[in-house]
Amino acid sequence: MDFRSSDTITGPRSEDVLPTTATAAVKVVIVGGFGVGKTTMVGSVSEIRPLTTEETMTQAGVGVDDNAGVESKTSTTVAMDFGRISLSEELILYLFGTPGQERFWFLWNGLFEGALGAVVLLDTRRLQVSFDVIGRLEERGVPFVVAVNTFPDAPNHPVEALRNALDLPEEVPIIDCDARLRTSSRDVLMTLMRYLHSLAVPFA
Amino acid sequence: MSAPRRERRKADPALSDPERLYVITGDTDGERAALDLVTMVVAQAEPSPTVQPEQAAILRLCRAPLSVAEISAYLSLPFSVVTSLLTELLATELIESRAPIVRAALPDRSLLEAVMHGLQKL
Repeated sequence: MDFRSSDTITGPRSEDVLPTTATAAVKVVIVGGFGVGKTTMVGSVSEIRPLTTEETMTQAGVGVDDNAGVESKTSTTVAMDFGRISLSEELILYLFGTPGQERFWFLWNGLFEGALGAVVLLDTRRLQVSFDVIGRLEERGVPFVVAVNTFPDAPNHPVEALRNALDLPEEVPIIDCDARLRTSSRDVLMTLMRYLHSLAVPFA
Repeated sequence: MSAPRRERRKADPALSDPERLYVITGDTDGERAALDLVTMVVAQAEPSPTVQPEQAAILRLCRAPLSVAEISAYLSLPFSVVTSLLTELLATELIESRAPIVRAALPDRSLLEAVMHGLQKL
């Protein structure tokens, strides 16, 4: 693997450097199909230009001769965009956008562990993509809200029709948003936090 | 007309996640520190001439706190490679890591309130 000389590494811009008091981080995952606006949403609320981290997976070849270990595995690299919001001098929120298709679920291992919750970003033109995602989140016990990114040419389903199509319980919030707008994306995160708050028990 | 409707999934243990690739660098014995994408890392020392260039770059990047995800992004290295490099730096105490606050079985309302307070200011 080539590694650029460390002189050429560009770190955060000076205005993006966190204070030394930044000691606590939390994360939220935004999940949805391609082109649904995950990176747009991350970018609209992030204080830094969205960054990209990569993860590599190997899939052992099935039914392939095992005498050539190298060729029997294929390796895939998947990029994940993320952004950051400094909530206070100490507390930092990271937002990760991850594709919802089943072949990317290997990314979910480290990603959802410890995440506060998730936003399922929905494109009503391609509703089915989110079916598996929602099922998977339910299996993992990750609390989530559903945000409908309002595309101009998308069918406008009433919330109750969507709730029925997605087979979601009454308490799971479903809201419209415009992922391009900071305030709208912020409101989606607020809805998630309020929902998580409602699930939480009071501090004893 | 029938609109598509989600069917509830049945858990299938056979659908386990595929094996992940780990690139082992240096002479770690395969043990990795428990590092999350949002574990915050802070350098404890300036890079000495003996550390690898990748590790020297990490020490320079982490003069101020930085998450593992950001280190991965700025170095253009996969998360798994970065955690391997960080494990060595942690073992030699050249960096310090601050574990993320994770969602507990019973979430902490005061944490969520702190998040909401921060979001209000956006």
